[in-house]
Amino acid sequence: MLKLTDVSAGYGSFQALWNIDLEINAGEAVAVIGPNGAGKTTLLRAISGQLPVWSGDIALEGRSLLGTAPHRFVQAGIAHCPENRRLFPRMSVEDNLKMGAFIPEARRQFGERLAWVYGLFPRLRERRAQIAGTLSGGEQQMCAIGRALMSHPKLLLLDEPSAGLAPVIVRLVFDLVRRIRDEGFTVLIVEQNIRQALELVDRAYLLEVGRVRASGPVAQLRDNEFLRQAYLGL
Amino acid sequence: MFDFFLLEAVINGLLFGGVLALLSLGLNLVFGVVDVVWIAYSEVVMVGMYVIYTLHVMLGWPLVFAAPMALVGSGIVGVLVHRLIIEPILDTPPINQLLATGGLLFFLQSLATLIYGSQFRNIGLSLPTLEFHELYISFARLLAFGVAVLGMAGLYLFLSRTYVGTAIRAVAQDRQVMGLMGVDTRTVYLITSAVGGALAGLAAVLLVLQQDVHPFIGLTFGPITFMICVLGGLGNLLGGFVAAFVISQVISIGSFYVSTELSYVIAFVLFIVAMFIRPEGLFHRRS
Repeated sequence: MLKLTDVSAGYGSFQALWNIDLEINAGEAVAVIGPNGAGKTTLLRAISGQLPVWSGDIALEGRSLLGTAPHRFVQAGIAHCPENRRLFPRMSVEDNLKMGAFIPEARRQFGERLAWVYGLFPRLRERRAQIAGTLSGGEQQMCAIGRALMSHPKLLLLDEPSAGLAPVIVRLVFDLVRRIRDEGFTVLIVEQNIRQALELVDRAYLLEVGRVRASGPVAQLRDNEFLRQAYLGL
Repeated sequence: MFDFFLLEAVINGLLFGGVLALLSLGLNLVFGVVDVVWIAYSEVVMVGMYVIYTLHVMLGWPLVFAAPMALVGSGIVGVLVHRLIIEPILDTPPINQLLATGGLLFFLQSLATLIYGSQFRNIGLSLPTLEFHELYISFARLLAFGVAVLGMAGLYLFLSRTYVGTAIRAVAQDRQVMGLMGVDTRTVYLITSAVGGALAGLAAVLLVLQQDVHPFIGLTFGPITFMICVLGGLGNLLGGFVAAFVISQVISIGSFYVSTELSYVIAFVLFIVAMFIRPEGLFHRRS
């Protein structure tokens, strides 16, 4: 469904991604793991069009996304739930969800989508009128994921959904992601919480200093001696 | 003892505050969303006043048709200001935007002088003064207050109920993430500038009922408009709204006890003191 071919990108003169090849099939959940500064967030930003690609190609369902304006990626079917959640802190939960449904298709079905997201996260329904900045960390993450789901994306990008949350909430967030996956969404998740992320996904890519160091089905990666030692502490 | 004249001063202050609140609204909106201060904001109001003067007095349009055209005219000026002046320098240091819109101020003043001369012009409308028992209230002020309140209510509904309005509020809170919502911030800026300009046009309609228009009229209410915005916390619409009524009462009650000139002095001194105590404005949100 999503295919990255030889993608390089960066900021200014600093190259953050080197010749990335990555593929995600419909209905799959894929993780991108790696240490801080490996380029994981940059990779997601390139996929959601927020960072222009220097070379290579990004294609969704066979159609290249190069040259697409950054704000058209949502319409193309890619929703990106960014690092640190980035809710609109002084707007209500419901207004935040409304922003997630800004594109015309989503606006037309706003009522149904809202009911669906509230069904998925009943907590958000209880807090619908609350100002987003005053929610707890876990609720904020629910709201951010809910906001991304309002556009009914073909591909959902999640950037460190467990960051900054208490361990018990982290488990809750991973459960939520599993439910979203079970709803049939294709998910690409970036995580530093490697062990828990690997329990959730079918395949994973290991990124190190901007390059794919290893990739494959989870079972295979677990057997990878290097990965076991460096990242899983086994 | 009940003082009728003081009550009259308070009521007049309230009515005056409505117009000041409306004046500060457009400037505040543009600052909050686009993050640019239109130094020439009061000159955009002046353009609106000249639009009414031209259509109503020179071309003989009925006032009810000429007045809405002030909103359209100022709205177009708002769009042009953004497209031609702000957009090319949006990512440069803020001082450039101040200088550029400051230059626009002199440009618009000079252009108005060139076209209309420096005479005071009025639309030749004299609205009655209403009398309730012993209270005298200017009908023009009452009308201006009513329209200002309606305008502000309309803006509130636009910002809270529509998708574009919600996006305008969202941009003010986190502009980088807007692309992920499928929103083109450039369009939001342009719409905001048009709305900001149209609000200046609405203020023009209210002012032209009470004052003569001349090329330097912006200087008479420009400083106080900026003062209100800063006092309320630049970009904070609600803060500006409250600050407008605080300032208008200071001026109105001050005029009652001392004199109009001195009341402005008092207002500005209070402003300076307030800035020492709360440099971010009285109603600044802690982030």
